[in-house]
Order: sequence, then structure tokens, then C-alpha cells
Amino acid sequence: MRKAMILAAVLAVAGPAMAADVGLIKVSRGNVQVERAGARVPASVGMGLQASDTIVTGADGSAGVTFTDNSLVSVGPNTVFAIDKYSFDSTTHQGEFEGNLKQGRLAAVSGKMVKQTPESMKIRTPSAIMGVRGTEFLVQVDEK
Amino acid sequence: MRVLASLAAAILAAACASTPPAPVKPELFAVVPASDGHVGTIVVHSHGDDRVIHSAYGAERIGTDGSMKEATLTPAEVKESFGPTLEALPGKPATFVLYFLEARDELTPESKVEMDKVLAELKRRPLPDIVVIGHTDSVGSLTYNDKLSLARAERVRDMMIGMGIPADRITAAGRGKRELLVPTDENVSEARNRRVEINVR
Repeated sequence: MRKAMILAAVLAVAGPAMAADVGLIKVSRGNVQVERAGARVPASVGMGLQASDTIVTGADGSAGVTFTDNSLVSVGPNTVFAIDKYSFDSTTHQGEFEGNLKQGRLAAVSGKMVKQTPESMKIRTPSAIMGVRGTEFLVQVDEK
Repeated sequence: MRVLASLAAAILAAACASTPPAPVKPELFAVVPASDGHVGTIVVHSHGDDRVIHSAYGAERIGTDGSMKEATLTPAEVKESFGPTLEALPGKPATFVLYFLEARDELTPESKVEMDKVLAELKRRPLPDIVVIGHTDSVGSLTYNDKLSLARAERVRDMMIGMGIPADRITAAGRGKRELLVPTDENVSEARNRRVEINVR
């Protein structure tokens, strides 16, 4: 019985739920691309984002994203921002959000998961890990 | 072969000892006040050092040598460095309430003026998700009020569509007298209960 339940859980994780949108591009200005499974596509307003997507902007690019827990993230020009992990349960408000700012600028407003569990949202940078207790913050990683 | 390997290791060790740690990219972390003045908290962990930032425009900078230094930004510095980034931040979820004339699906004169502001605010948001929920006071039957509340919500929805907001972004629903803003007995005329709530995100 336990084996069957574990198998079911694994199937649920590996199934279509994996491809569910975790966020939505609400603002896209200039050159903005989304990298998914090694391929890059131009990011248009209304495009859904998935966990493990990376947003890449050019010198004139900026983009704004709403996530399913109501957190908001925007990125500025010359930015590489990866969504390393994202999960959110809309009933319990439990979740995990790990973003990775490899380069550039980010502004964010935390959402329901941080309200439920402080520091469930984290932003990694090349030299640090930042835990979010709420609500509005900025992060910058310069090229040199 | 073994000699070569140990020689290489020795050269590597010598190189490491004589050169300072490779410079890292400079980083900046800052807390900015929300539009309602609320100031939040973030925690920065870097190389075993933990810093808590919980003041408006409070910041920590990581230098090219990897060290972390406390700083305070000015609003002008934030604008200069993060102007285009902050402009791209989507609007926060917002709620508006508009009031109606008794037993009708027509807005009060004050709410008609307010409606123009709400529409302007909604139009500023690209790709909004809008939910319009109609309510009534407790005068009349459940069925009558369910219908009236839906009529109110749909009236507001139609006004939004008339202003160019795509119909598929707006959901309208009626809650009748099930969710009174001001609790009253049955059959009490109460202006504050005759309303629609508009939620946008």
C-alpha cells in the first residue's frame, strides 16, 4: 500500500502538473526572452512562466511577472533571472520560491507564501542568498 | 606520472597562496517602503555573514573583495539604478468598492465619479484579471437579491468592456444579500450594503 502511494505521488509530480504555469508575464518592454529547456523564445505579455524558466533581457529590456501566490517580480535591462524552484498551495499558502539573479537588477514584492512562512521566498546571487520576510525589495548584481 | 601530478599540485598551491581571492561581482540588496509606507525585512547570508535589513532604503553592498557593508540609499539613487526595473513591476492586487441606488442597478452619483477613476486605474494595467462581485442590502427575497446583485456586477462589467477592457479578462458574479458589509436584520435598507467589489490583479 505504501509503495503504491509513493508511486502515485511520484506520478503526480512527474505528470502534467510539472508544466503548470507558476507565473504570468504582465509587462514586457524591449528585448525580453524566456529560456526554457535550452531554447529561447521572445517573451510576450500573457505568456505563462514555469519553474526552471530563465528570463533574459537585453540592454533596452525590462519585464514584470505576477506569480500564483500574488508575489510580483520585475527585472531591468541586461538581466539574467532564473526561477530555480517554485511551488505554491493556494489552500494552505505553503510554498517555496527560489529565484537566482545571475546578473542585472530585480525588484520584487513578496506574496502570500512569505506571509504564511517568512523566508519561503529566496533570491540567490553569485555571492549570497537572501531570505524574504516581506515585502518590497531590490537586488542588483553588476557585471564588474 | 605521479611526479608530474604532485608537481602540478605544488604549482597550483603556490599560485593560490600568492594571488588574492578572485574578485566577485559587486552586489546590492535593499528594502524599499511600499506605497502604503510599510517597510519590510530581508536577510542576506553571504560567506557565513548574516545581515538583516529592515529600514526604509536600508541596504547591504557586497564589494569585489566579497565583504559585506551596510549602506543607506536615497530615493534618487533607487530611481537612477532601478528606474526601468521598478516601472516594469506589475500593479499590486487592488480592491475598489462602488455603491448603487436602492433596488436598482444604477450607480450613485458619487460612485459614477469614482468609476471614472477606477476605469483609469484598470486601464493602466496590462492584461488585468478582474473579478466584479455584486451585493445588495437585505430588503427582499434571496432570489430577488441574487438577481439584483448579478445585474449590478454585470452593469459594471459592461461599463469596463465599453471602456475597452477585453471581456475575457472580467468575471462577474452576484452574492445577493449573503455577504452584507454592514450586518443588519432582514428587510433593512442600508446604502453601504448596495455595492459591487472590484478585485483586480
